[in-house]
Amino acid sequence: MELLLSIILGLMILGAIYALFARDLMSALISCGIVGYGLVICFLLLQAPDLAIVQIVVETITLLIMIAVVLDSSREELKEKKAAEVKLSHFRKWYVMNVILIIVCLVVLLYFFKEVTSTLDPLGKHLTRMSTAYIEYAAEKTGSANLVTGVLFDFRGYDTLGEATILFTAVIGVLTILRVKGKK
Amino acid sequence: MIGMTLILKKINQLIVGLIFLYGIYIITHGHLTPGGCFAVGAVIAGAFFLLVLAYGSDILKLRKREEGSSVAESTGIFIFLVLAFTALIIVTRIFFTNYLPKGITGELISSGVIPLYNIAVGIEVAAALFNTFLALYL
Repeated sequence: MELLLSIILGLMILGAIYALFARDLMSALISCGIVGYGLVICFLLLQAPDLAIVQIVVETITLLIMIAVVLDSSREELKEKKAAEVKLSHFRKWYVMNVILIIVCLVVLLYFFKEVTSTLDPLGKHLTRMSTAYIEYAAEKTGSANLVTGVLFDFRGYDTLGEATILFTAVIGVLTILRVKGKK
Repeated sequence: MIGMTLILKKINQLIVGLIFLYGIYIITHGHLTPGGCFAVGAVIAGAFFLLVLAYGSDILKLRKREEGSSVAESTGIFIFLVLAFTALIIVTRIFFTNYLPKGITGELISSGVIPLYNIAVGIEVAAALFNTFLALYL
């Protein structure tokens, strides 16, 4: 399964890199879609159907909105030649320095990553007492057959209340900026 | 925003109802099968997105000052708070307690207040997403 996960992750990385360099904005959007839908398959492989449902719906909606925006404006990238050239020459001057810095950072990060992962349990084996207690007693204490809903609305009820409030406040902010009166 | 062609409108008529029903199915079985309030909100909002994209913004009479969706959003979070405060004030003196009888695990009507919370938050999320969409495309 780890091999399959790494293949999908590689595809996602390729899609993200292509989205950066694509000439047509529509193809950039579609290659962004590769990242989102690849993530859905990753969630399904890691046995998280709740997350997979949320991710597939949200990804579709985001893609729809972005495509509508691109269709309304223009499909081509704006050309800002001078700024790009200045940045490119600046990049060439510090070329060696940049590469050395990236390699040093990579080595340091990989070292600490190895140190940390050697002390952790493998993926999927939980460590804490609380999660074990949740899995054992959730069904009889909340009466909900779906463990995720039981945790969301019973054990972590305040969390859900906060999330709903945040969403409410965010939409009020959006409506304040984008209201009909402010558009004119 | 103007609508699209006749083919898209007809296919929309066939599909939107099914998507909406699927959302209602997930939300009523939220405590039994995978998928909770946030997924459901996105599904129901998606049904409305399709409707607005195909038929244009005239179909829902969107030019009013206050849309139904913002009322629905406020109603959803209000029901959530009322359910939470009922436990505090009337029933058990503890905030956010599951005060209804729990029933048998695995049946449709079970696990006390959790399905009601689920429906309230689902309405709130769906209305919130649809609200932002309307604010963008009005």
